[in-house]
Amino acid sequence: MTFEELCGKQTEEVERQQALKNRIMCCTAAGCLSCGADGLRQAISAEIAAQGRQADVELCGSGCMGMCSRGPLVLSAACNRLYGNVAPADAAALVSADPAATETLADRAIDLDSPFFSKQTRIVLANSGHVDPEKLADYIAAGGYQSLGKALTAMSPRDVVEEVKKSGLRGRGGAGYPTGLKWELVMKQIPQVKYVVCNADEGDPGAFMDRSVLEGDPHRVLEGMAIAGFAVGAQQGFIYVRGEYGLAIQRLQTAIKQAEREHLLGARILDSGFQFRIDLRVGAGAFVCGEETALIASIEGKRGEPRQRPPYPPESGLWGAPTLINNVETFANIPPIVQNGGDWFASVGTASSKGTKVFALAGKIVNTGLIEVPMGTTLRTILFDIGGGIPEGKFKAAQTGGPSGGCIPEQFLDTPVDYESLVTIGSIMGSGGLIVMDDKSCMVDVARFFMEFCMDESCGKCIPCRAGTVQMHDILHRMTRGDATEDDIEMLETLSGLLRETSLCGLGQTAPNPVMSTLKYFRDEYEAHIRERRCPAGLCQMESQLEEAMA
Amino acid sequence: MSVKTLEIDGRMLTGRTGETVFAVAWDHGIQIPRLCHVGGLSDVGACRLCLVEIEGRKRLQASCLTLIEEGMVVKTATPKLKSHRKLIVELLLAERNHVCSVCVMNGECELQDLAASHGVDHVRLRYQFPSLPVDTSHERFGIDHNRCILCTRCVRVCDEVEGAHTWDVCGRGTASHIISDLGEPWGESDTCTSCGKCVQVCPTGALFSKGKTVAEMRKDRGFLKYIVTAREKKQWIG
Repeated sequence: MTFEELCGKQTEEVERQQALKNRIMCCTAAGCLSCGADGLRQAISAEIAAQGRQADVELCGSGCMGMCSRGPLVLSAACNRLYGNVAPADAAALVSADPAATETLADRAIDLDSPFFSKQTRIVLANSGHVDPEKLADYIAAGGYQSLGKALTAMSPRDVVEEVKKSGLRGRGGAGYPTGLKWELVMKQIPQVKYVVCNADEGDPGAFMDRSVLEGDPHRVLEGMAIAGFAVGAQQGFIYVRGEYGLAIQRLQTAIKQAEREHLLGARILDSGFQFRIDLRVGAGAFVCGEETALIASIEGKRGEPRQRPPYPPESGLWGAPTLINNVETFANIPPIVQNGGDWFASVGTASSKGTKVFALAGKIVNTGLIEVPMGTTLRTILFDIGGGIPEGKFKAAQTGGPSGGCIPEQFLDTPVDYESLVTIGSIMGSGGLIVMDDKSCMVDVARFFMEFCMDESCGKCIPCRAGTVQMHDILHRMTRGDATEDDIEMLETLSGLLRETSLCGLGQTAPNPVMSTLKYFRDEYEAHIRERRCPAGLCQMESQLEEAMA
Repeated sequence: MSVKTLEIDGRMLTGRTGETVFAVAWDHGIQIPRLCHVGGLSDVGACRLCLVEIEGRKRLQASCLTLIEEGMVVKTATPKLKSHRKLIVELLLAERNHVCSVCVMNGECELQDLAASHGVDHVRLRYQFPSLPVDTSHERFGIDHNRCILCTRCVRVCDEVEGAHTWDVCGRGTASHIISDLGEPWGESDTCTSCGKCVQVCPTGALFSKGKTVAEMRKDRGFLKYIVTAREKKQWIG
């Protein structure tokens, strides 16, 4: 396919869709599938056949629509209405041409003008919920692969890198390294063989942003990677996706096949001289493989253990070749940046953090789900306007950055969410998991949970992380059972310092963060566990209580 | 070959381009502590004992993996480094069952020496007392996982010098352990050549020659160099 043919195909598909009376988008992301979207989809499909409306009503699957707490979700494009908690019995009303028939669904309609939607800015998730992730034509109709076409026909690799630099995009995996600089580093390397790697080993507890992007809009990530390949001079890309993401893997495989068939990937892309292949590498369930050097070792077929940096992957990565590693969300930001220009992207967000960030809202919050907000939005807006607040009880803390992040207490709710501000208050941006806790959550137990996670996921290579997490978990575990002393807090702090300063990779270096931030803001809870053998949240079962219960 | 000048612990020293900070320091008598490094093998930077402070670098650097640079200013024994090293040794002692009084290496053990030189007169952490096996299926040697500190010297010497790659690491985190071949008993290993290099490089009593009782095991560090150079020097016996 040439670039002209691609544009032709887009027009053709858009016209076909406009000719339809209705398009029913049924959310087929993992969240909705788990509450029955599959059966619902079959029921709607059967209903379309029963009413004989195959010609003018189309049923499509779609990516995550965001409000996962109300699944399964269905979007009726003709009247632009979104319905939640839809059951197979509602199929007839959805398909029916008679507007009165949808009255039965009226109480389950979700207001698309509510703050949940109106306060969001969707760049990465622009297509999510509007495009069928299993149909290439749908993505093309939404302007897909236009950016790749633009890059190949009208730009030089240097132009692309400059545009990304200008956009101010920073790595969405959590560390926030400027993406443009990374691309430039790889572009400038002399060796002929280079690689582009997409890190889709999302593993933070409570985080599902990358999974949703891969499930909802896989072609966008492929397009971003192909543009990266063109910019840095690579012909081979790998997506390292965690094995638990079965649906994402399946959709990626489908998408890669579709794109190769249409010469949007593989040899002679869009009839140009550029070739770029993408292969999947499926992880085997190790959190540490999200660390870039461990990820490289894993792709090479070695034990997934990190190594000392420098040399950094842009210099020496996969099989010693210059390697560009970016996160799923980072790649997903690339097509709109190339299409609309770096300045457009830089106009969103704050001075040092540009663009938007996708967050996965989880925990004690009304609207659990997937959201995307401009950088600099306050936590209060995210949690109370978009998230709808706490269902019952009182807000206590929000946890960002997973096991590498920290807990943010109430007094910082008005902090703008950007890379620097979050670090200042003892947390990190992280990959986008946002877990909300109310007054029934015990902060010592939260710290213990994350330490247990790090202990289980430590690769065992360096001593501070391997043995230090065990000792820290031991202390925290004893605290939650009322079996700790004041000295233990001091030892916890000493060990935190050791892990932070001496661990080999980010996993160990950041493992103390949840402990340090809860100690900083909720020290009284720690002290209550130790001095009074009491859990203020009433969650921890103290040893003395257990003994009483036994007697 | 070009030479670089750097400052280590206040002394102006020179080293060849491509040498590590660790190597240059030891060449000049500055003995940075280490457990995973052995001369002649690749370095992995796993024990974190050789960490040093380098001016202008935010993080502490593993000196065994850091190449020297002109004008570098290195400090190898600041109070912070010393306290970190002491705690790392304590972590190791608490992790498995390091009971010196009944160990074949008592008095000759690198871990024990480190504990002594870092003033570890007691361990502030809780001992974990894991239940670990001892494999004595090999006719000449044994491996006692209770003493293993997972430095992976044995893995590297077997792979890089002997070329057998009998040893590797299995499991992760605190469950990591050294295995022969695919987890078979050492005595049944098809790849093991019984050369004994792993035994000689092991810093503790984890790998030992059979027939040695408490404090009798002596490790021959010269053995490795001999193995590597003996062919050229025609030193093979018999």
